[in-house]
Amino acid sequence: MRENKKAKSVVHQVMWNRLISVVEEQAQALIRTAFSTSVREAGDLSAGVYDVDGRMLAQAVTGTPGHVNAMADAVAHFIRRIGSENIFQGDVYITNDPWEGTGHLHDITVVTPSFHNDSLIGFFACTAHVVDIGGRGFSADAASVYEEGLYIPIMKFADKGEVNLPFVHLVRGNVREPDQVVGDIYALATCNEIGHKRLLEMMLEFSLDDLAGIAEFILENSKRATIDKIAALSNGQADGEMTIDGYSTPVTLKVQLKIEDDYVACDFSGTSGIDKNGINVPLVYTQAYACYALKCAIAPEIPNNAASLAPFVITAPVNTIVNAVHPAPVALRHVIGHMIPDTVYNALDKILPNTVPAEGAGTLCNFQVSVRPRTDITAPEHARRAEVLTFNSGGSGARPSVDGMSATAFPSGVMTMPVEATEHVGPVVIWRKELKPDSGGAGEFRGGLGQFMEIGPSEGHECDFSAMFDRVDHPALGRNGGQSGGATCIKRSDGHPMRGKGKQFVPHGCTVELEYPGGAGYGLPENRAPELVQRDLARGYISADAAHRIYGMSNETVAQVMESVERGEEV
Amino acid sequence: MSDLNVRLGVDIGGTFTDVVLEVGKQQYSTKVLTTYAAPENAIIQGMHEVCGQADISASEIEQIIHGTTLATNALIERRGAKTALITTQGFRDVIEMRTESRFEQYDLNLVIPEPLIPRQQRYSLRERIAADGSVLVDLNGAEIERLAERIILAGYESVAIGFLHSYANPDHEQRVRKVLLQKAPNMMVSLSCEVSPQMREYERFNTVVANAYIKPLMKSYLGRLESQLSVEGVKCPIFLMHSGGGIISLENAAEFPVRLVESGPAGGAVFAAHIAARYGLNKVLSFDMGGTTAKICLINNQTPKTSRVFEVARTYRFKKGSGMPISIPVIDMVEIGAGGGSIAHVDSMSQIRVGPESAGSEPGPACYGRGGSRPAVTDADLVLGKLDPDNFAGGSIELNLPASAKAIQVELGDKLDMDVETAAYGLVEVVDENMANAARVHAVENGEDLSKYTMIAFGGAAPLHAGRLCEKLGVERLLVPRGAGVGSAIGFLRAPFSFEANRSVFMKLSDFRPSSIAGILTELGNEATSFVRGCDAHGEILSEYKVYMRYSGQGWEIPISLNEAQAKNPNSSEYQALFEQDYTRLFGRKVDGMDIEITVWSVNATTKVDPVEAIAETVASSDLSSNVTQASTRKLFDPARAQFTDAGVVSRESLHEGDRLEGPAVIVEDETTIILPNSRYAVQQSDGCIDIRAKAEVA
Repeated sequence: MRENKKAKSVVHQVMWNRLISVVEEQAQALIRTAFSTSVREAGDLSAGVYDVDGRMLAQAVTGTPGHVNAMADAVAHFIRRIGSENIFQGDVYITNDPWEGTGHLHDITVVTPSFHNDSLIGFFACTAHVVDIGGRGFSADAASVYEEGLYIPIMKFADKGEVNLPFVHLVRGNVREPDQVVGDIYALATCNEIGHKRLLEMMLEFSLDDLAGIAEFILENSKRATIDKIAALSNGQADGEMTIDGYSTPVTLKVQLKIEDDYVACDFSGTSGIDKNGINVPLVYTQAYACYALKCAIAPEIPNNAASLAPFVITAPVNTIVNAVHPAPVALRHVIGHMIPDTVYNALDKILPNTVPAEGAGTLCNFQVSVRPRTDITAPEHARRAEVLTFNSGGSGARPSVDGMSATAFPSGVMTMPVEATEHVGPVVIWRKELKPDSGGAGEFRGGLGQFMEIGPSEGHECDFSAMFDRVDHPALGRNGGQSGGATCIKRSDGHPMRGKGKQFVPHGCTVELEYPGGAGYGLPENRAPELVQRDLARGYISADAAHRIYGMSNETVAQVMESVERGEEV
Repeated sequence: MSDLNVRLGVDIGGTFTDVVLEVGKQQYSTKVLTTYAAPENAIIQGMHEVCGQADISASEIEQIIHGTTLATNALIERRGAKTALITTQGFRDVIEMRTESRFEQYDLNLVIPEPLIPRQQRYSLRERIAADGSVLVDLNGAEIERLAERIILAGYESVAIGFLHSYANPDHEQRVRKVLLQKAPNMMVSLSCEVSPQMREYERFNTVVANAYIKPLMKSYLGRLESQLSVEGVKCPIFLMHSGGGIISLENAAEFPVRLVESGPAGGAVFAAHIAARYGLNKVLSFDMGGTTAKICLINNQTPKTSRVFEVARTYRFKKGSGMPISIPVIDMVEIGAGGGSIAHVDSMSQIRVGPESAGSEPGPACYGRGGSRPAVTDADLVLGKLDPDNFAGGSIELNLPASAKAIQVELGDKLDMDVETAAYGLVEVVDENMANAARVHAVENGEDLSKYTMIAFGGAAPLHAGRLCEKLGVERLLVPRGAGVGSAIGFLRAPFSFEANRSVFMKLSDFRPSSIAGILTELGNEATSFVRGCDAHGEILSEYKVYMRYSGQGWEIPISLNEAQAKNPNSSEYQALFEQDYTRLFGRKVDGMDIEITVWSVNATTKVDPVEAIAETVASSDLSSNVTQASTRKLFDPARAQFTDAGVVSRESLHEGDRLEGPAVIVEDETTIILPNSRYAVQQSDGCIDIRAKAEVA
């Protein structure tokens, strides 16, 4: 062995991998014990480990980039609010502060200090989206955060091992699904405990007294690697902009992007102001999505921690829709937040060509159905009430050398629920859920397809349909000559028009017919490889009309392809 | 099965076909190269070899048990038949839309794997069954006729039928099959309600599609195998190992070939379970490491853990979600891209990364001297003294140490400013840590603490790494059985006839209906038993009952085993107590006041296997004479202390029962090499197993 220092670095690398594995285990434990569909089916959660100063050392990769930076900052807030003299073994802390947690009251963050040989060595934190937090429910209908539900300031959930029972009673009395919400809070505490146990095993194995050495190694390596990646880019500045539906008036997102030697800055000056409805975004959430977008494009393989996130500096003027301060309503901050990556990419593309995708569907196509026995005439005996929440995705934008992904979430990473599982949750029937032809923006590389979906209350029921869609009036725009993706459409089966956002009534016997947006195309459609156009036609991703009109396929070829489809051939 | 004396186990793997013949207590084995074009040829060649060794003729074989990766490979390589899917109108794209998520969050150029059947080969019919099994929209006879004609005209060989909620009401799927078979009696038709009667349409549809896709291929292969073996004089029946760790008839296998996926690894788990039974071990971690992957499985109470769904054909670094889900009863294991051929590189954070890319057998690791220039795990093992360059695979392949050293120096050492030994140490530590992490996560998901486990290692590369893995996992005991190189094929001979029948029916404990529960379990029991009866007309059949339960509102169920009394006379408070007990074990505390629900019901029917002959553990006598004199020594790297030490080298053949060997040492044999770290000592057991334990002073 030439140098012992090098051997030590091998051991440090092993410990770094181990810490990442510890937080992955922490997240898994949460998924398996959580009650909210958003956590267990969709992966709307996060988990991380921190050093004594509250610097994040490792974070589990979960379905929610929205928690990336928010989680990185959260523990420092806890240390400050609780006070270091007040931190004891057996303590568990909690908050759902949108500004010191992860952006809305539905996200509960739990932090647990980790002790080894009676000394504080670090913290575990985790966040989950709970099924209900009281107030007006999961909707954009509140005028301020006070109407959005129960607010939990940073406080002790458990003090030296004793659970704060008055607090639990208070939560129970303020939410619609008390068992599930309290169950989720316990699940959050459990998952931190599991992380803590694994960490102690690691410290025993490597004979560590504290995390100082490994923390320096992780942060130093991550910082250097991130800065190396940034230094490899040419310096420059560019502006990006995107206009979307908003709630009642369109919202324009604007960003000024600057790449320097050792950092990248995004500033959102010029962006629309606060909205009256709950689609406003706390800055932590804006930072998370902007940072996520930049990391994907610039330094995708570097794990998230305090140092790898630090070189991405995200700012926005107070009282823009992307830096809403207390007491602005923020329940549906994801509707705007999910559009931030495409806005950043519109700027980044000017400095780093051929790297980022065209615009995609962006916002998840979520809705909540509150179903109940029909009220127009007497409802049948078996009729019941239920809340049904579903997550769905439109198409992602085409990439510089690959088509976009059909019906696949980006930037969010959550999963949809099986139709069969949803129909077990409540008396609804999903009549259709399939790809929508021609909704992928045309281009040399085609945007991902959106979907058709149709849902209605079961026989004997009616419902309220709470819509959370965007891109009705503002479809995804193409890049380098690529065309726009398909727009969102929503209407009732009886022809009654519906809005993209807000709670709307659906009578017995009616369904809601939805079309989710497609991703935009990349490059000129005439440059698309003819065999790919033929394949798309054969598979029905595009219509014969589009093949002919947009891609210039001859009528003869169209007929040949359609014949081979009839013979069941792959093209 | 106990009265049979001459039995043959055959495992077709990616590279080798392993054949094991047992005549009474005698065991004969061989490895022959897999013959891809006609896999039965390798079997016949291997069969004649072992028959020759045993001096018997093929006609004397009384039973053949076969497992194969052919089904898996056909799915991975997309070599299936022209297959159509018929599904519910409005749901044509279920197998293409998957879970609508990305399995890798930070890759902007991520490519989602294509479904097995492209969109133009997916057809739909107007029909709809509700979640409770009632009919919302009836099938239209004329529409079925028209579609059937279209499908026949297009020349499909195989058809998969998958309708929503068919697990709750199979009528529509059955009616469509009837029409198809009336018009085309030879059409192969697979129904989702039969292949995988479980809720969650993506998994169920994908499973029936996979079954239909490989059915013509597997049916023709199994038919050929049967007739070829008969030509060679074989007179006995042939059975197939399935993914759940049991045996089914050739006819069932041809009907449900998707159940053959992962049959080889399942055999490995059965092998390990058998060793566990022999040594009376209730908590065992099996570790199977080959050329490209490592497989880890928990075996509690001598029974491998099973699951209802797994993923095959992962396309992206073995990442969860990048393959296709198959929901059938399966032995639950984690598979990661870590094998002897896994290649290492340095990433942008100056960290060494290993796998999942593998050098395979061509070009192979750099030391094979076949043109490989990138360092693989085997190269590092060689540099660290774990392998002998002149004695690899019984001396059949000469390893080139300078080539390994060069590959490691150029690709790792120069980039990290490390000497070649440190870089090799880094490489091996990373791959061992990857495997240890996979084992840890798997244990946590099952609420288990690995430090109480014994590891059983088999597969060519496992004994090289198992000792270090035990150090990392805090596992104190490691067994390396004899025959580790053909472990799966031996496992086939230890497996019972078995069939597991599953069904999704939701029931809350607050709406507990004892009579319908007894009804469901009886029906499933009859179904499972009739499959087993088809293989074994007389033997005693045991039924294992399981229900999957969760708190109403959760998304993950935990399997709860029921005894016969609990299945036949169900009682809700007893079910609740069983669930809460397991939940508490897994997650620390139960949740008061929540309703509990049952989602899936399962009955596994198995024949009794021969009682395992327990062997008394051999303890090394304190007499110094039991200490093996080491013929020679070589430099071996000790990763726990990060330095080279002098290690004794002994051949496995020279060890006798009760011999004790102190680490650091190297035990060599033709099929593999066992590394005994400094922290361990080994004692040779009466059955040839090497029992490796932590030294008291070091532990």
